[in-house]
Amino acid sequence: MFRFIAIRIAQAIPVLLIISVVTFAMIKSVPGGPFDKEKKVPEEVERALNEYYHLDEPFVNQYFIWLGNVMKGDLGPSTKYPNRSVNEIIGAAFPISLQLGVMGIGIALTLGLLAGVVASMRPNTAQDYIPMSFAMIGICVPRFVIGPLFMLMFAIQWEWFNASGWFFWSDRVLPALTLGIFYAAYVARLTRGGMMEVLGQDYIRTARAKGAGEARVILRHALRGGIRPVVSYFGPAMANLLAGSFIVEKIFAIPGLGTFFITSISNRDQTMILGTVLFYSVLIITLNLIADIVLIWLNPKLRFDEQ
Amino acid sequence: MSSEMTDPNTTAPASAASLLEQAEKGQSLWEDSWHRLAKNKLAVASGVMLAVIALFCFGSWVIGLDTTTQNLDMGAQPPSLKHWMGTDVLGRDVFARVLFGGRISLMVGLLATAVAMCIGVVYGTVSGYFGGKIDALMMRFVDILYTIPFIIFVILLMVFFGRNIWLIFIAIGAVEWLTMARIVRGQVLSIKKEEFVEAARALGLPQTRIIFRHMIPNVIGPVIVYATLTVPAVMIFEAVLSFLGLGVQAPDTSWGVLINEGASAIEEYPWLLIFPGIAMSLTLFCLNFLGDGLRDALDVRRSKD
Repeated sequence: MFRFIAIRIAQAIPVLLIISVVTFAMIKSVPGGPFDKEKKVPEEVERALNEYYHLDEPFVNQYFIWLGNVMKGDLGPSTKYPNRSVNEIIGAAFPISLQLGVMGIGIALTLGLLAGVVASMRPNTAQDYIPMSFAMIGICVPRFVIGPLFMLMFAIQWEWFNASGWFFWSDRVLPALTLGIFYAAYVARLTRGGMMEVLGQDYIRTARAKGAGEARVILRHALRGGIRPVVSYFGPAMANLLAGSFIVEKIFAIPGLGTFFITSISNRDQTMILGTVLFYSVLIITLNLIADIVLIWLNPKLRFDEQ
Repeated sequence: MSSEMTDPNTTAPASAASLLEQAEKGQSLWEDSWHRLAKNKLAVASGVMLAVIALFCFGSWVIGLDTTTQNLDMGAQPPSLKHWMGTDVLGRDVFARVLFGGRISLMVGLLATAVAMCIGVVYGTVSGYFGGKIDALMMRFVDILYTIPFIIFVILLMVFFGRNIWLIFIAIGAVEWLTMARIVRGQVLSIKKEEFVEAARALGLPQTRIIFRHMIPNVIGPVIVYATLTVPAVMIFEAVLSFLGLGVQAPDTSWGVLINEGASAIEEYPWLLIFPGIAMSLTLFCLNFLGDGLRDALDVRRSKD
């Protein structure tokens, strides 16, 4: 297990280096620097700025200066907001995205697992069809349709919530629902599939034969195998969650990291782009690794394969 | 084999002759799957619905429907008999805009899936066929690519290199081939020990011919299923880009762009969101149901019981 984790971490380092080099090359190969404004700044000011941000150096040197600082944990100053460092901006914006993401996943797991298990208990009956029809709707109606519709209904029509912003507890409800519903639907389908497969197996019959109650059979015996597809889905879903969070942040005007990332690109805020890309990459690689570890822990067969 | 053959006792004698004939002729896997698909009403209805949507979207192009002329006097009218879905703020008929947008959304879905399919099938087949070190190396590469947040790169590409529709095809196709490659590799691993491949090798056929003539046609089933499920994923991807303001540029439009425009005016003109939203959701429904139906129909394991 430790070897497995060590290998994966060792693999992640070159991946992160390549990601940073590609991003860097992309930023530098594009016309339009961070200080190109409609009103031209005086030449000395521009020279001073370029010197401060090391933009007067050759690209290779710039990259290594940046990389050296990153090693020290410093992502550099933002070129758009000169008084703030990229670390500060990420530090302020990420907790918001994280909160949104965690709430979304919470909704997804609660609703999805519940619906999936309920549906798998009586396949091809109303108890199966009704939750699964809702799941299909959840998968097929995109977030950027559901989000504005929620807003129209619950915020504008009925005025239960604020239409946008991120100030009160109640402001979290609509964004988290919008983000969570798609995953809830997907988790429900995966859970149902996984449970159906497991419930047909011998060890479930054994558990029933020895007189375990239905609740115990489902929760204690079947669920452990049944949620495996859900866990393996969650690794790749992480990247998806980002896209989802970009969308939800945009709909509800939430000052999360996604919003900053998108605006930093149009602002050509070079250090900010590099910083967020690197941050997101580390995040996704870590979450993928965690998903794989959980998967191994759930499936003893894989445990032996890895050794 | 066909399910009719499994229980001869219940078959009426009159149909026995035709059954026998059918059995002699043999039923290919394809015919078998086709029958199973035809029995799935939801999948068939979805297929028909998709055909209708595609016909409308591309048909409006063929007959040269006017989708871009602005008429500011008619701006933002709610749905009426003349304009079934109302008009947008610039006085364009929303129905025409939805058809126009559908054309691009569907095209992106199909072409990007085709790109993903080509890369994935060739990559997966080569990896599975050669096996050993090459396989391990190629699959490790896929594993690594899986961990990269491509959405970020696609967004960077879009902003930096212009919102070019061809770039969208290639970018999305390049992201979606990974799972395809894995699926194909698994299939190839299982069929490369089959006798017909052995025979082809014994005949001394070159490896490229074995791969392209003998292996790939035999892995096409799961590929079709996965492709049907990739199309909706790609369409959503395009819509996400468009929604973030990074998709196709005016006066071209796509469902994602229309939904974005509608979402920003939801309070005043909800029909601008609702109709493109319905069009896109309906298409995604149909694709998902068709994909599920195809999976059930082509799933060899299931057809045994």
